[in-house]
Amino acid sequence: MAASTRSQVISLYRTMLRESSKFPSYNYRTYAIRRVRDAFRANRKVEDPKAVARLMEEGRQAVSLIQRQVSIGKMYETQKIVVE
Amino acid sequence: MLSSGRTVSSRLLRPVTCLSLRLGSDGRAASSLQKGTQQPRGGKKTAGLTAFGRKDETSSKDMWKRELEKDELRPLYMDFQATTPMDPRVLDAMLPYQVNYYGNPHSRTHAYGWESETAMEKARKQQVADLIGADPREIIFTSGATESNNMAIKGVARFYQAKKRHVITTQTEHKCVLDSCRVLESEGFDVTYLPVQKNGLVDLELLEASIRPDTSLVSVMTVNNEIGVKQPISEIGKICRSKGVFLHTDGAQAIGKIPINVSDWKIDLMSISGHKIYGPKGVGALYVRRRPRVRLEPLQNGGGQERGLRSGTVPTPLAVGLGAACSIAQQELEYDHQRVSMLANRLVQKIMSEIPDVIMNGDPYQRYPGCVNLSFAYVEGESLLMALKDVALSSGSACTSASLEPSYVLRAIGADEDLAHSSIRFGIGRFTTEEEVDYTAEKCIQQVQRLREMSPLWEMVQEGIDLKSIKWTQH
Repeated sequence: MAASTRSQVISLYRTMLRESSKFPSYNYRTYAIRRVRDAFRANRKVEDPKAVARLMEEGRQAVSLIQRQVSIGKMYETQKIVVE
Repeated sequence: MLSSGRTVSSRLLRPVTCLSLRLGSDGRAASSLQKGTQQPRGGKKTAGLTAFGRKDETSSKDMWKRELEKDELRPLYMDFQATTPMDPRVLDAMLPYQVNYYGNPHSRTHAYGWESETAMEKARKQQVADLIGADPREIIFTSGATESNNMAIKGVARFYQAKKRHVITTQTEHKCVLDSCRVLESEGFDVTYLPVQKNGLVDLELLEASIRPDTSLVSVMTVNNEIGVKQPISEIGKICRSKGVFLHTDGAQAIGKIPINVSDWKIDLMSISGHKIYGPKGVGALYVRRRPRVRLEPLQNGGGQERGLRSGTVPTPLAVGLGAACSIAQQELEYDHQRVSMLANRLVQKIMSEIPDVIMNGDPYQRYPGCVNLSFAYVEGESLLMALKDVALSSGSACTSASLEPSYVLRAIGADEDLAHSSIRFGIGRFTTEEEVDYTAEKCIQQVQRLREMSPLWEMVQEGIDLKSIKWTQH
């Protein structure tokens, strides 16, 4: 598998943030955005192509997980909470 | 002074009548709760505490129970010790087993059974066992920490009862541990309820001195559910191992939040709960050591599942959920801990810098930061909870709050009656945000100031009267 380019990583990052921001629940939404941001920040120094490829694969799986959970969340949407 | 005395009585009387009315409307529950808390601690008791459910943290709030309107805002959640929301990653792992893979994990004759069994064993091995450094054969799935605690305490004591008839626990344990011990007492066992020190920690010398030749089990919880103190389990483990006594610990509030290794800490039995670690409700686990072997009498007999210790079909989706929650907790332990500590500090700093006479209950260092128990002097905890209706909080004791008795945990650490009445527990978790903490702190400061302004006690303290010197009534 070809090494992921910088632009692929950035694109995945943007997708994850975009999908995370769709969570209807305030707490899940803020957590997902925060966690994605912190995970990319923590791994910004990773150079090893194998490690990058593994992280990219994990990220892609996380995108589908977020999408599935966002649709479930939308089915059972509830009132907003007081700080929103 | 005379006139101020009159206002004192009129102000003090009002809440009392209002409370007695509330009790009247829910008479049965309230009286059974009161009966439970009035039981003496060390002496002879009958099983009277069965009225409490483990972590059934909402029952006592029935008196203000009201459902939200459709367009009303939801309160924010600050009660992570009662239960936690399920992590979306946990739900994602569980759902396939709620829909398509419905086989009985104990069915050995077809693919439906095999796929469920594989999932269950993966949860047991790679997830639950790995989190605590155990062997997968040492993990028994149960319905939750209450069942695990019951199984461990009654099971061990009854198995070894021919030679050993003494059990040691502490006064600050969860209700289900204390209640299991009460049952053992009614069966003729001897139970020592160790007092704790002012900081909530157990005195190791006293513990060691309490161990007798006929002691079979010591049960001490790792992290307290009310005040968040972390008991020195590894030291207790050393003492118990050297004396040949089994150590059980209720790890419901500790698992996945602080690093735990059952071999390093020499734990023989440990209770685990799913819904305290962002997993599903209705599932838990009991760790039972194999070397040296701990034997216990099962509570539930039947098909012989879980090595005969807990018969009954293992609920695959819940077991998978518990497994996923454990593996996420392991991955996120450091990240979550850092964040929870930061938020807890932020909350405590904000509140303490704005209002005087706030006391933090429990040891300031030996603790899990996500459980903050504060006493607001001269304010009644229940009134503050009612005033903070935009925040889902609980007073220190969830089980006993309807009884108007202060929490038994706070009493055990020697808190004054009035401070024990004025305590609130703030639970911070994985999904708590800075905005929520700030909102909670701000509301709390505002309401404490408002309630204190109305309080005759506060007025008297401002005038320099020592409240302890006052003789309130003649009886």
